[in-house]
Amino acid sequence: MPTAYASAVINAPATRVWSTIRDFNALPAWHPLIADSRIEGGAPSDQVGCVRAFNLKDGGFIRERLLALSDYDYCCVYSILESPMGVENYVATLKLTPITDGDRTFGEWTAEFECDPARTQALVDQISQGVFQSGFDALNERLRY
Amino acid sequence: MVRVMRSTVIDAPVSAVWDVLRDYNGHDRWHPAVSTSHVENDLYADQVGNVRNFLLTGGERVREQLLSFSDRDHSFRYRIVEADVPLENYIAEVSLRPVTDKNRTFWLWTSRFDTPPGLEQEMQQLVAEGVYEAGFEAIRSLVESPGDVSRADSTVAVSEGIESGSAMVFTRYGEPEVFQMRPISAPPPGAGQVRIRQRAIGINFIDIYCRTGYFRYVEPPGIVGLEAAGEVIDVGDRVTHLASGQRVAYACLPFGAYTSVRTMDAALVVPLPESIDFATAAGCLLKGITAQFLLHQVHPVRAGETILVYAPAGGVGNLLCQWARHLGATVIGATTSPEKIQTALDAGAHHVITPGQSSLADQVRDLTGGRGADVIYDAVGRDSFAQSVEALANCGHLVSYGQASGDIGNWDISSLASNSATVSRPNYAHYTDTQDKISSITSELFDAIQRGILKVKVQHQYRFEQVAQAHHALQNRQTTGSIVLMPE
Repeated sequence: MPTAYASAVINAPATRVWSTIRDFNALPAWHPLIADSRIEGGAPSDQVGCVRAFNLKDGGFIRERLLALSDYDYCCVYSILESPMGVENYVATLKLTPITDGDRTFGEWTAEFECDPARTQALVDQISQGVFQSGFDALNERLRY
Repeated sequence: MVRVMRSTVIDAPVSAVWDVLRDYNGHDRWHPAVSTSHVENDLYADQVGNVRNFLLTGGERVREQLLSFSDRDHSFRYRIVEADVPLENYIAEVSLRPVTDKNRTFWLWTSRFDTPPGLEQEMQQLVAEGVYEAGFEAIRSLVESPGDVSRADSTVAVSEGIESGSAMVFTRYGEPEVFQMRPISAPPPGAGQVRIRQRAIGINFIDIYCRTGYFRYVEPPGIVGLEAAGEVIDVGDRVTHLASGQRVAYACLPFGAYTSVRTMDAALVVPLPESIDFATAAGCLLKGITAQFLLHQVHPVRAGETILVYAPAGGVGNLLCQWARHLGATVIGATTSPEKIQTALDAGAHHVITPGQSSLADQVRDLTGGRGADVIYDAVGRDSFAQSVEALANCGHLVSYGQASGDIGNWDISSLASNSATVSRPNYAHYTDTQDKISSITSELFDAIQRGILKVKVQHQYRFEQVAQAHHALQNRQTTGSIVLMPE
């Protein structure tokens, strides 16, 4: 199964990074690709099972379901229900681990999915770099002090 | 049950770190706490179930059994089966993860154990610091290439015609002792760049914030510092305002001034008049530029205005008092330290107020016939913002240029209607980001110094290797003037 992965050091304490990203409806506030977001049915954004529906700035529309959320592990797992990306069985995990040396944060973002084999490498690159790494870059910019 | 978790980032790929760590029988070659190691019963070191037998440098014996080992996850777990130290049911895990951003390694070392009551804290500290953190540093010095500080300053590289020197590198966020002197090379200047032999380096509070990690502008290992003075070695193409051999100074981004030789963009580097020595320039440029744009641009101070300056004995505050008095303003200093009153008066403050029976705003009103201050220069931040607004005259101007006491937080701007206040929040970079701006500000500043309007006190010149001592002095507020580092 193709896997996309990016990891980065975020120069802020894990509690602070987590308070930014734990809101499943807050992508537009910190991720540069996202234009807007709402939770379907007016559910709370930390209710496991809720669905976020959002538009990308380039026009794409995506729906994702929250599968797991852990304030204990600083971890969020979600799946794609609907997207223009051409992926199936897409499950992604965004997880933070404190770096005690310097009170920083190690962020890891992983996705496993299925797709047309000819597009595997392009999708892995696009998701790892275009989505995950750019998200970490934006967090670092936003939380730099 | 006691739990310990320590983690760090090593500036080397996972494969390089794992190469060293995967030898379960090799800790005696790198860990400072381990004197000798052997695997019992002739088993292999990567054979799950084997027991390694340590003699620690303190003389204790510890036997640890390998519980799991994974080349795929770059991790292993082990338990103590017998030890001369009071650790029972001890299970630990070492795990490495790739940091794909910049090809580094995240290293997590965790454990849980029981220990007799009363020893929990001592044993937790022993494991966390004596074993895990000491191990991090040992591996760091083993696998990180020395002098590799390229992330701190993109202009540091090795090539033909390099100029070598020493840089003061902070190896991790922490106390002043994290500085280490390392060799550094400055490449020939490219187009628009200058290469400088630095003679004096200014030390500012922001350097401390960078070193401790309060501001995450520079990642360790890296070089902090924003201002220095020295001589031009050579210049690259398209640099017309500087020449080889010229005396120069700068106070600008990017960070990276704690070095004896540096190649950097030339645009914000300015020529230094002969009458101003290197230590004075390095000790006053950042503060002097700040004072210039605060008094001449953010709010052009006019004769007859009353200004309030917090921390009037501090670096910028002292210059504000001197310069504002020269401009004909009535200067009130506000300090919480009675021993700094005289310094403020010497700097030119007409009045100095300290916390007393009446509020700051009432004291300011008493001194101004009830009017309040026309301008307030406030770098205290959180603790002073509300009282500053209250102390303003009607249509007064609060210039908030720092937050020594913490973030100012969110304020309802409708409260400013109580005296039609204006609030400014100037950013140094926006007043100094072009050659024209910096050249105009520094020519006024140098002129004011040469004419004696501003007296710059360099309280102490520290040798380069005394950087830790210098940082201690500044962060303990033991200084009453500028302090500078003097590379040899």
